[in-house]
Formats: sequence, C-alpha cells, structure tokens
Amino acid sequence: GGVGSVQAAGSDDLEPNDWDEITQYCNYYEFGTSKTDPARNAHTLTTKPWSIKIDGMVDKPGTYDLAELTQSMTTERRLYRFRCVEAWSMVVPWDGFELADLLNMVGVKSGAKYVAFETVLRPEEMPGVSRRVLNWPYREGLRLDEAMHPLTIMATGIYGKPMPNQNGAPIRLVVPWKYGFKSIKSIVRITLTDKQPFASWNDANPREYGFYSNVNPTVDHPRWSQASERRIGGSLLARKIPTQMFNGYEAEVASLYKGMDLKANF
Amino acid sequence: MGVVDWVNKAIRRIPVWLIYAGLMVPAGWDFWRAINGQLGVDPVKALEHSYGLWALWLLIAGLLVTPLRRFAGLNLLRLRRSIGLMAFFYVVAHLMVWAILDVQQLSAIVADILKRPYITIGMVGFALLVPLAVTSNDWSVRRMGRSWRRLHKLVYPAAVLGGVHYVMLVKGWQQEPLIYLAAIFAILGLRALPKARATPSRQPA
Repeated sequence: GGVGSVQAAGSDDLEPNDWDEITQYCNYYEFGTSKTDPARNAHTLTTKPWSIKIDGMVDKPGTYDLAELTQSMTTERRLYRFRCVEAWSMVVPWDGFELADLLNMVGVKSGAKYVAFETVLRPEEMPGVSRRVLNWPYREGLRLDEAMHPLTIMATGIYGKPMPNQNGAPIRLVVPWKYGFKSIKSIVRITLTDKQPFASWNDANPREYGFYSNVNPTVDHPRWSQASERRIGGSLLARKIPTQMFNGYEAEVASLYKGMDLKANF
Repeated sequence: MGVVDWVNKAIRRIPVWLIYAGLMVPAGWDFWRAINGQLGVDPVKALEHSYGLWALWLLIAGLLVTPLRRFAGLNLLRLRRSIGLMAFFYVVAHLMVWAILDVQQLSAIVADILKRPYITIGMVGFALLVPLAVTSNDWSVRRMGRSWRRLHKLVYPAAVLGGVHYVMLVKGWQQEPLIYLAAIFAILGLRALPKARATPSRQPA
C-alpha cells in the first residue's frame, strides 16, 4: 500500500542514467573486479530456467520457478538513486515487485527476524570466482522490517527490458537507502531466520562494511569520505554532489532505525 | 654478434627525446578521450587510474634497468633518467587528477592525506620521488658525487609504497595490484643476490 506516494517522495527531479551507463559500469565480482568486466563476461550466465529456493521460517518453503513467481506479482517501475559504497552513484529506472509481496505469499513465521539472500555460484559460468576475492557464494541479509519496507524491491528489469546479466539477471534485490553491495544480484535462495545472516562484504572486512550499510554522509568509510558522491555520466569537470542521509529516503526509512546509534551500527 | 649486442646497438640509436615524447602520448591521449567521453562513464576515476598505472609501470621499468644489464646484458642505462622522470611526471599527473578533478576541495584533500592510510602512503611515495626528480640532471650528478647514488636509492622505498598504495585502495584482495607489488619485491630481491666475481677466485696451492 501507499506505493504511489513512496515513489513520488523518492524520485523528485531525478534524471535517470542512460542504458549504457547502467549496463557498462558494474560491480559484479563473480565476473571480474573491474567495472567493465561484468559487461564483457556475464553473457555466459544461464538465466533460463531460473528458480529460487525459499526456506527457513516460512509457511510455504519450496523451490519456486521464477517465471511463475513473477506472473503472480505486480511489477512496476521504480526510479531510485543507487549509491555505491565506493562513492559513485546513478539513478536507475528499475522494474520489479515489492519483496514484501513475495514474503507475504510464502508466509513469514512469527519469530523470523532476518532475511538471508544468496547469489548463484557457477564456477563454469563465472570466471571471477576462481579467485577468492570474497567467500563465495555472495550472500547478503536484511532485517525483516527492512525487507518488508515498501521501498525494498526484487528487480527483474531496467527500462522495461529484462535485467541484463551484468546487472544481476534474472532477479536481484534493490534496497535504495543502502550501499549498492547490499542489493544482491542473481538470487537463488532466500532464507527466513532468527539470526543475523552472513553478509559477504561484512565477512571480508567488518571494519569497512557493516551489516546495515545504510547510506550515511556522516559516517566515513575508513579509506574514503562518504560525504559526497560522483554521479556517473558526468563530464571530467563535473562537480561532486552531496550525499543525502539514507540516500534521500530519510522520510521513508528513518523510523526503522529510531533509537539506534548509526555510527556504531554502520 | 649475438642478439644482445644487436639489441644494445639498437638501444644506443634511440634518441632520448623520443622516450620523453613517446611516453607523453598516453597521458595526452587518455586526457583527450576523457574530455570527449571516450574513457567510460566515470572519466575521472578512469584517468586517475590510468595515470597511476603508468606511474607504477615506469617505476618498475626504471628498477629493471640494472638487473637487465646484470643478468641479460642489456644496456638501457642511458634511457634510465628519461624513464624515471616520466614516472615522476605520471605520479604528478595522477596526483593532480585526484586532487583537482576527484576530491575537488582543499580541506578534503588535506583530510584525506592525513586520515586515509593508502593516501598517506601514496603521498610519502611522491615526497620521496621529489628530490630524485630535482636531481635528475648532469649538473647534480657531477656536483653530488657519491651521495647522488645514495640519494637515488630512495626509488626503492618509493616503488614499494606505490605498490602498497595500489593494493590498499582496491576493495578486497585483488590480483592485479598484488602482482605489481610482488614484481617490485622480486626486482629489489635480485639486488641482494651475490655478485659474480670478475676474476677467478684464488685456489689454494
């Protein structure tokens, strides 16, 4: 409910990045660590058929076929800011459905507090996983209330086209008020749990990547400032833009963190 | 005449100005591509990265001159100053792109240098190279005598700091920066190998 108002509040005067910018500049380490590797290498990923295993504390656990699943969901356009922890940003017109709709469909058992996500791991299709840059498979997690928030979506496309492989085909998470690495790609498993789930970057360097990783201009990354960001697509001489609290979605999500010390829980 | 002699003869014919001019080309070309939108969608980072890489490559190339002479008989000595000065040129260009186009704000530049270890390390590496660049001329070599050689050993720590700077700035343990750092250590390690004696050692009678 209230999706229309949420979308309006989050997307005032936002100019979306163009298709090439969004699809040629990606972080998807399973296909290589440079920004241009994923666009070059990800064509090898087989995305049809695709299914998602949903397990843990749910009423209807099982392996769900993605095509059937998508049909029973309401897909809509969401124009969101996308802020990478590396201090660059884009504006992306995602097509997707609310994660809450999916979780309601499978039924979340009382006592569940977190949602864990897992990316597909196929060494034969993913040249980057032969190096242990991260502890594969890529995993991420959200608190249940974050997962149920109407801004949190499962995206299946961009600009009305199916999700390109390098952007996380066929289905990925998008949590617009968190740093981009929380928005896990090519999801094959969703687990409801009562414990804080494993998160890959948090595991790799807990000092630099917190479990929450909410966009916050007042909490620096240990190696760089998060106060401002470079909008992708600008010229060589473009000015940086100030980073907004919760990436500009403060009105919608600040209440989730009421009373929490956001410097300690970064 | 062996291949090595032939190559050495060819090297002797390379005019030094050609090294300066040739190594200036990538800097100009990438800058031109960056302003014309041909260096990807994040031209500032791409240019910063390109200049940083050239700096590292040329530092490594400069370090290779001595081992190439010692182990392969190749004599690149007369080109070493131009390689070193061009390495310094790329370090300065890298620093300029970072400060002016990337960080953009003097207070943030100072804060980064003081607060961020990989930037501190990069700046120390740069600082070590300044006296080397300033004394890379015939007059200084004559004037300083033996202390010139001692001073220019600063290129060893500077190269190591450059390699560490690259390893530290990327997310996670990535392969490429680790390869450069390993190469720098390997080249420096070659210097520790015992020198072969020029004259046969005396045998006990």
